[in-house]
Amino acid sequence: MTESQFTIDGVIVAFTEGQTIMEAASAANIYIPRLCHHPDFKPHGSCKLCTVNVNGRNCSACTFPAAFGQQVLNQTTELNNLRRRIIQMLFVEGNHLCPACEKSGNCKLQATAYQLQMVDSHFPHFYRDSRVDSSHPDIMLDRNRCIFCTLCVRASRDIDGKDLFAISGRGINKHLVINSASGELHDSGMTITDRAADICPTGALLIKRQGFSIPIGKRIYDNHEICEDCDE
Amino acid sequence: MTTQLKNIDIAAITRVVDANFKRNGQSPHQLLQILVQIEAEYHHIPGTAIELIAKTLSIPRASIISLIDFYSFLNLTPQGNYVILISDSITDRMLGNQLIIDLFCKTLNITVGKLRSDGRVSIKTTSCTGLCEQGPAALINGYAVPHLNAERVAEIVHMIEAGTPLNQWPAHLFQIDNNVKQRDILLNYSQESGQYNEGDALKTLFDRGLQKSLDELTTSGLRGRGGAGFKTSMKWHFCHESYTTGDADDNLGLICDVKPKDRDDCDRVVVCNADEGEPGTFKDRLLLTTHAHQLIEGMTICAAIIGACRGFIYLRGEYRYLYDSLRQVLDDHRKQNLLGDSILGEQFNFDIQIHLGAGAYICGEESALIESLEGHRGIPRNRPPFPVTQGYLNKPTVVNNVETFINAAMIVDKGGDWFAEHGTEQSAGTKLLSISGDCTSPGIYEYPFGITVREILNHCGADPELLGVQVGGPSGTFITSDEFERQIAFEDLASGGSFIIFNSSRCLFDIVQNFTQFFSHESCGFCTPCRVGTTLLTRLFDKIHEGHGSAGDLVELEEIGKIIKSASHCGLGQTAANPILTTLHRLPNLYQMQLKQIGFEPGFDLDGALDTARRLTHRDDAAAHLAQREEME
Repeated sequence: MTESQFTIDGVIVAFTEGQTIMEAASAANIYIPRLCHHPDFKPHGSCKLCTVNVNGRNCSACTFPAAFGQQVLNQTTELNNLRRRIIQMLFVEGNHLCPACEKSGNCKLQATAYQLQMVDSHFPHFYRDSRVDSSHPDIMLDRNRCIFCTLCVRASRDIDGKDLFAISGRGINKHLVINSASGELHDSGMTITDRAADICPTGALLIKRQGFSIPIGKRIYDNHEICEDCDE
Repeated sequence: MTTQLKNIDIAAITRVVDANFKRNGQSPHQLLQILVQIEAEYHHIPGTAIELIAKTLSIPRASIISLIDFYSFLNLTPQGNYVILISDSITDRMLGNQLIIDLFCKTLNITVGKLRSDGRVSIKTTSCTGLCEQGPAALINGYAVPHLNAERVAEIVHMIEAGTPLNQWPAHLFQIDNNVKQRDILLNYSQESGQYNEGDALKTLFDRGLQKSLDELTTSGLRGRGGAGFKTSMKWHFCHESYTTGDADDNLGLICDVKPKDRDDCDRVVVCNADEGEPGTFKDRLLLTTHAHQLIEGMTICAAIIGACRGFIYLRGEYRYLYDSLRQVLDDHRKQNLLGDSILGEQFNFDIQIHLGAGAYICGEESALIESLEGHRGIPRNRPPFPVTQGYLNKPTVVNNVETFINAAMIVDKGGDWFAEHGTEQSAGTKLLSISGDCTSPGIYEYPFGITVREILNHCGADPELLGVQVGGPSGTFITSDEFERQIAFEDLASGGSFIIFNSSRCLFDIVQNFTQFFSHESCGFCTPCRVGTTLLTRLFDKIHEGHGSAGDLVELEEIGKIIKSASHCGLGQTAANPILTTLHRLPNLYQMQLKQIGFEPGFDLDGALDTARRLTHRDDAAAHLAQREEME
């Protein structure tokens, strides 16, 4: 092993100074589950699906820097059990009704759940009371499906330069708010060409009138698992 | 519409905002401080204020709303002209805070969480206010009121109904006792006992030299008193090192000569964590009252050693009543040239601002505290980088506990070897404990590290028959009698200072429920395991507490607890399951006895779930009801 290498599940992986474990793994085509991470944005580290074990300690792969000689565990039964429980937490916290959701098949939450072999929700559902905002002529926000990845917040702030979203509330009461006079999308200035409009990993933010333009069965994750190649 | 709403005009809000800018400089980092003042004035943040601040500071409206919505003491909707927040720590409950709540509600004709129709008064509960040995306690319009009883409630109600302004209420209502029961070197490091003279430690620092003084700190073995126990000298050294390039070790002694007016350009920052939020902890309350000079001197010493010119005291909102006296102490240090420009004639400028918290336990976590200082929601940062390299405004920052800074001043003054003679090898010095619960003499006790739990219990007059002791607060450990020979020390039972005693009449499940609810209420919600997991734990624990638990629920409780512990983002989440995990482990029999003797019990109220259907169909006959489970006896 050279000074710019570490291992993931025993496989030697190269990294460059300043890279996170996630970035180095992606470059080596090693898939680490994630939902709040997107390579175009500064890592957030909140969903915790990318939890890996680094020299005996659990860390978020998306934020933890790669370092020489690190021994990273990724695809272990223990970690995948933990990740399955975490994604089940996301499922019971929100109201995710896959069969009725236009995002089904293109949804990273759903695809990651399949990848983690989630077959039930395990925990009791919260039946969260969430507001749907259909006020915008072209864009729909269904907070029932929001998992607080903050990708729309980051995209609107860092790429669109509009800063249209924020996460409000604390703990289990947290929720997405919109920076407009009405608090709704229609007077926010959001357009379908915004990066924020197509960044949502779930069906919380959808562009209207595109329902089922790609039929079920032909969607991204319909025929293969979510993986390093098909993601992003 | 209430009268207060009519009175809100833009000019008045502008005055509040401008006054803050004048004192602290016009910066978006002042946002939280401005909101705290507006809340104090109007008992919520009016929409007009949000608009105005958004415009003045160029902050998106949604960001301001999200900030208000994060902090418990800030409100988007109008609260009463008198806001009563009843402290709801386990110790307040043991002292009968529910009776006090009922009494207030009855005599004021209000319900918890609702504004009275005339807008006069509102009442809610709040997390531990740090008055555990003189509870039940409350905050009224932000000011602490201890020792609530029927007589004092009647007095308060009378003044609320008469509309008497808070500053005209009798002083005895706000009288906070110090309750010092046992002094050792730190509490004796005071003017009264002749051990401390203002400025002596700073003078010694410059006489001895900065590097040598840091060496004294290393020799002393001082470790952070917040609970984690990181070596203080190492933290200061790292912070200094992360600033200088090249021969950091030889460079030590660089002191900051940035003029105070350019403080935002200051390269390093000293922060005192006075956000004493761990339930059952109140020792910083005392230190901020009686040892503020020593604290400020300790912070100034740290600034000189690391090369900082800017300092903050992050004072928890619950200790707002200490704000004015702390400002006076700061002024006094400035007058004596112990703070400000060219301190003691050296090329060293350093000044300190006080920032008020607004009701968020998470802000005791150092990186969340820094976020809060910057005027943001208190969300803990990803680490690395650590605050010593990138803290406040990404500058190298030392964050230490109140007690740590005072110890540091004392060590520079008296020497490292002398200090190291106290305590144990790995835990030098003494520890201040806040003792509350079932004992005859609750209060503040200072002991050398290494003292056993049993010695403490004997000393404070603990009840003879005990259920156990919670050491280190809800995030710490619950211990029972077979562990009373354990020592208070970093190598055994670490404690930030909380020590709550429960006698054998106390219900374990009431205690654990209070702690578990506390964590889910205080979770910032950033990461999935803590946000969802603490809520799952709370609901499952409630089910067991209400007598509907089955054997499978205990297995589940433990599993969720371990998930939160191993996958959470910060210390809050990593310790949030401790009340359940430590008691499950130590008192399994009590849990077993609490269970239904069946294999399965539904996770929700079956009959309750039919309620809506019954209302819709106008039915209430026997067939429209479900038993919670098939009777199996």
